Amino acid sequence: MTVASPRTPPLSSRAAAWASARAPTFAFAAALIVLPSILPNAYYFDVAIRVAINATLAIALNLLIGYTGQISLGHAAFFGLGAYGSAILVGEFGWPPGAALVVSAALVGALAYVVARVILRLEGHYLAMATLGLGVIASIALTNEVGLTGGPDGMSVPDFSILGLRVAGEKAWYWIFAAALVAAIVLAGNLVDSPAGRALRALHGSQTAARSVGVDASAFKTRVFVLSATAAAIMGSLYAHYEGFVTPGLAAFPKSVQLVTMVVVGGMASIWGSVLGAALLSLAPELLARFEGYETLAFGAILVATMIFLPRGIAPSLSARLRRKES
Amino acid sequence: MLRVEGLTKRFGGVDAVSQVSFAVPEGAIHAVIGPNGAGKTTLFNLITGVYAPDSGSIRLRGEEVAGLAPESLARRGVSRTFQNLQVSMNLSAIENVMIGAHLRLNSSLLAAMARWKGLAARDRAAREEAAELLAFVGCGAYVGAEARSMPYGALKRLEIARALAAEPKLLFLDEPAAGLNHTETDEIEDLIGELGRRGVTIVLVEHDMKLVMNVSQHIVVLDYGKKLAEGTPEEVRRNPEVIAAYLGAENGEA
Repeated sequence: MTVASPRTPPLSSRAAAWASARAPTFAFAAALIVLPSILPNAYYFDVAIRVAINATLAIALNLLIGYTGQISLGHAAFFGLGAYGSAILVGEFGWPPGAALVVSAALVGALAYVVARVILRLEGHYLAMATLGLGVIASIALTNEVGLTGGPDGMSVPDFSILGLRVAGEKAWYWIFAAALVAAIVLAGNLVDSPAGRALRALHGSQTAARSVGVDASAFKTRVFVLSATAAAIMGSLYAHYEGFVTPGLAAFPKSVQLVTMVVVGGMASIWGSVLGAALLSLAPELLARFEGYETLAFGAILVATMIFLPRGIAPSLSARLRRKES
Repeated sequence: MLRVEGLTKRFGGVDAVSQVSFAVPEGAIHAVIGPNGAGKTTLFNLITGVYAPDSGSIRLRGEEVAGLAPESLARRGVSRTFQNLQVSMNLSAIENVMIGAHLRLNSSLLAAMARWKGLAARDRAAREEAAELLAFVGCGAYVGAEARSMPYGALKRLEIARALAAEPKLLFLDEPAAGLNHTETDEIEDLIGELGRRGVTIVLVEHDMKLVMNVSQHIVVLDYGKKLAEGTPEEVRRNPEVIAAYLGAENGEA
């Protein structure tokens, strides 16, 4: 096949396209920079940090679930293992926190690779069951290895420090987690809009078609699984130092389900949807606290209503409605 | 280009494809025909790596490729379309075509996240090429469309554009005219002829006899999984066994 040499659009219009594509990210980053000046006290900083952690985890998980179409019901295991990796390496062995973070992430990535080679051959409900099992095993191991992990009581984690600088207090941590979230948004956005991201999305749509033009399905599924797990492990390490304490609950099934719910409610295959879903699900317990005793009920009602009225998730459904109004 | 020998595939007790042999020279347009259930699509699925054959050999330019996965065959210049549409409905039309260029682009996840130098520029070029391929197959109107909003006939062509984006040496078209009206079938016929003139070796499965007779230089006829006959369109048309298989024995002999 011969095709005419591609026309390259002029640089100025490309710069304009780049700026308009990046505008939401810049606006969001600006909002994160302004936010601390209106947060009244440490409690609100803590809430903002929890939203940012969940949003970053949801984005990583959405790459797997929403974009590639591979369910994981055990993703909290990677978060928990990253957290315990840092807790043990720093707390028990006296490693520098930075090195402990990198090594924990690498170990979790290696574990995810081995697991992925085995379980990503499965599809649908079988993959869901296998990842669920993985999560259960991880949290049982963390609970029972009392000598290493402190068992069900958990263990405390020293402060994070790098190059002699100690990170302590909600305000300092806020900047780290805000930066991690913005980085996740930018990196995931870059990935989605690239040949690799397209291959992942094509596998979701038609694996048969993607393979027929050379997409190595099992290799790509493995890579995105490892990427998503490693990102969760890094967030786990940071969280462990921020919280100063880790418990087996971090890796447990309810946390995994919470992450999947954020992805689904916010919107599959939508980065901003993940941010929205994480914000909604993290803030809901705080906002619904006044319903004393009925907050779980209210929460369930919100989820059911979202799935009935916005079946593709909040962000994709709303943006589709806006587009329809415009045209 | 392609040499198939003694190819056999059984599903349970049924010989879906049994001892089939044929050869496709470089630059030729070949057709595989036969009544429903004759094993045509199974034969395609064996050659393109969807199924592994139980026995027999498939040689691609001399190299034995029987049992290789579809992605490995794609690396060797094999591309195909599907009888039952295989389009990623979660992607736009143009992205579906760009997937065809997968092997020619940098598909590293890390390079993608870091916006590696040249990656975005290569991807833009691939997008331009995909737009031109869409226009080439007659889908120019759908360059900005989402795949899920496209009609059936356009999706059939979209599959051809995707297969072409892989720059195949050997292209398999599985019922490219199925479900299309007369005008659309004529357009597909022109398209296949044009591809042949550009030097792509093509093997097609098709029920539309007018299309098959017009575009192909050589025809293989399957019936009950076995090769019934092969030859030029003229030879096949006159073959009494072929006529019998298509029209029923009594009529064929009359």
